[in-house]
Amino acid sequence: LTTYLDHAATTPLRPEVVAAMAEATAEPLGNPTGSHPPAQRARRLLEEARDTVAAVLGRPPGEVVFTSGGTESANLAVLGSLEAIAPGGHPPVILCSAIEHPAVLESCRAAERRLGATLHLVSVDGGGLIDLQALQQALGQGADLLALMLANNETGVVQPVALAATLAAKAARPERDGRPLVFTDAVQASSYLDLAEATAGADLVSISAHKVGGPVGTGVLVMAADSTLEPRQYGGGQERERRSGTQDVVGAVGLATALALASAEREATTRRVGALRDRLAQGLVDALDQAHRTVPPDVPTLPGHLHLCLSGIEREELLVLLGEQGICASGGSSCASGALEPSHVLAAMGVPDELAAGSLRLTLGASSTEVDVDRALAVIPTVVASLRHAGRHAD
Amino acid sequence: MRVLVAMSGGVDSSVAAALLVEQGHDVVGATLKLWGGPSDSGCCSVADVDDARRVAQQLGVPHHVFNLTEEFDRHVVAPYVASHAAGQTPNPCIECNRSIKFDRLLERADRMGFDRLATGHHARVTGPELHRLRRGADPAKDQSYVLSMLGQSELARVVFPVGEMTKAEVRAHAVRLGLRTADKPDSQDVCFIGRVEGRQGFLGRQLEFHPAEVVDGSGQQVGSVDAVELVTLGQRRGMGHGADGARHYVVAVDVPTRRVTVGSAAEAVISSLSLPARTLTWVDQPLRDGDRAVAQVSAHGRPAPCSVAVSGKELTITFDVPQRPVAPGQTVALYDVAEPDAVVGAGIAA
Repeated sequence: LTTYLDHAATTPLRPEVVAAMAEATAEPLGNPTGSHPPAQRARRLLEEARDTVAAVLGRPPGEVVFTSGGTESANLAVLGSLEAIAPGGHPPVILCSAIEHPAVLESCRAAERRLGATLHLVSVDGGGLIDLQALQQALGQGADLLALMLANNETGVVQPVALAATLAAKAARPERDGRPLVFTDAVQASSYLDLAEATAGADLVSISAHKVGGPVGTGVLVMAADSTLEPRQYGGGQERERRSGTQDVVGAVGLATALALASAEREATTRRVGALRDRLAQGLVDALDQAHRTVPPDVPTLPGHLHLCLSGIEREELLVLLGEQGICASGGSSCASGALEPSHVLAAMGVPDELAAGSLRLTLGASSTEVDVDRALAVIPTVVASLRHAGRHAD
Repeated sequence: MRVLVAMSGGVDSSVAAALLVEQGHDVVGATLKLWGGPSDSGCCSVADVDDARRVAQQLGVPHHVFNLTEEFDRHVVAPYVASHAAGQTPNPCIECNRSIKFDRLLERADRMGFDRLATGHHARVTGPELHRLRRGADPAKDQSYVLSMLGQSELARVVFPVGEMTKAEVRAHAVRLGLRTADKPDSQDVCFIGRVEGRQGFLGRQLEFHPAEVVDGSGQQVGSVDAVELVTLGQRRGMGHGADGARHYVVAVDVPTRRVTVGSAAEAVISSLSLPARTLTWVDQPLRDGDRAVAQVSAHGRPAPCSVAVSGKELTITFDVPQRPVAPGQTVALYDVAEPDAVVGAGIAA
């Protein structure tokens, strides 16, 4: 019996997506750059997918670049756009929120090393929201790129990207080449937010299919028509010279199908998942001693996210025991080896280390049900109590 | 039994896990991430985690990675550096066993409801009432020395499944099961020190080395060294020869005055050694004044019969036959004179 509460890590492939991808492969698919009928068919499916994605994002189709996922999109957005403006000019200045996903943070750090960029991390408050005053101040010093995620992967806190984009637009300084580019990582938010509205004003937007019910290995970078980008990989010049390599047509079909479904069902999903999350949160806070909701209730979060800090608990132990009971949860941040790492997000929010050690991220999604919440409420308090009891015994 | 197996990604712990699975236990594998810095050996690299995970998959048991880097840094790496700075020669593997594997990890296993913690050490525990720690069946691979600080409380909760086997038997078992770690070489080095940079390179990044003069027994300078912090009592390498052509050994290291004293093989011997009381641990009952024991002063050192004198502050052992000097910081494992494969206790040389 599996209770899947880790939708922020990856989402189950939706059956409609599987069907659409199967249908795409039911007849011969050529290389979209070819001229024969299977190639024509591939090109049509690809461009239909592009149209669908563009519509959800409220952008012209020409702004949609298909990539291999959120990480590639972030690398392309940060390094590609800075490389396009860097040659000959001043060393670029990057403003990046302190809570960005590693795909963005590490791209910015690579820009420091490789392009001589200066990176300023913009702080967040105790609720996990970007400090707009600090942002405004930093913008006043002049910047070339602002990276601010739409919603944080660990806490689910929704950032005021449209507002930040407005501030950035006003921050143009004559001695620089114009206003800073605004990049928003919308990977985590794509299941729930109106992407057209929430990313309005952003020059660059990244999306990943597998966070929204689509396949792993497909993503999108939206790139405003008036901005330029130095590619990160070179070859046949696909995606209008922005991303060479034969396009993954089936992946693009899956991404478009998933994104369109999420968009069409957005309001109903948000309501339903939000209600499940609220019941889970209330039930856990009632049943557990010393369980702190990491994000205060007045801070906007994605409806599926519940982040708790449990004092006296080591999250590595909790996650293993929960997994043994079929509860799939996350500690928030892990490295490639599978080890949990201290969270830079919680550190930026000022969460004390001893509380962060007991962090538990439960993320519901479109597939979540009342039964999932019932099981989580039945199992989690018992497991937490057993760990705490054993801990006291050991002392 | 529900058993947590500490899997380093080496063949011994792989086979330990396999044996427990074959015995029908409820087995869960865990690899410790101990070191965040650069390293190419030991149990810290991603490649070793991959090996451990793949073996667990082949055995059909769950595998987890536990991040104990902060504790490892605090309890093993930092004291290792501090000890060298003070001119001692510490054994970090022993401190890791003491503070990490058989403390933090054992506590964790307890909290998580495991009946036992298993590792791939070559040692044996006999019981069931009084637990005794005994040498592994393979004399060449025996690791009772690096476990000699364990007491009854730990020994009651650990299991060393390969302790009854020779290394050849362990490898043969791994081959039979098709485990990918079957012919992986033994780890030899300290896991957080890279093979290329070595101890000198690692310590050089952590502390300031000080040159020292090398003098003979009469106080006459006979040479110099670049880093007094890297000189070990009893060391022969780099110490040159006496006037008679015989090799020199280090007989004293004085960090504050930056002075290394050397002497002939005949001068580089000790007949007794003291272990401060605060460093002493006992498997069960402490040795008493006048008891006999067998001391081992390094991982594969030759056991040396000795007599024990106990005062409030320290335990002094007097060897029957004089020994090479034992560097301060080295662990001395004491074995039972009547049952020489059984550990009695351990201390750290002053």
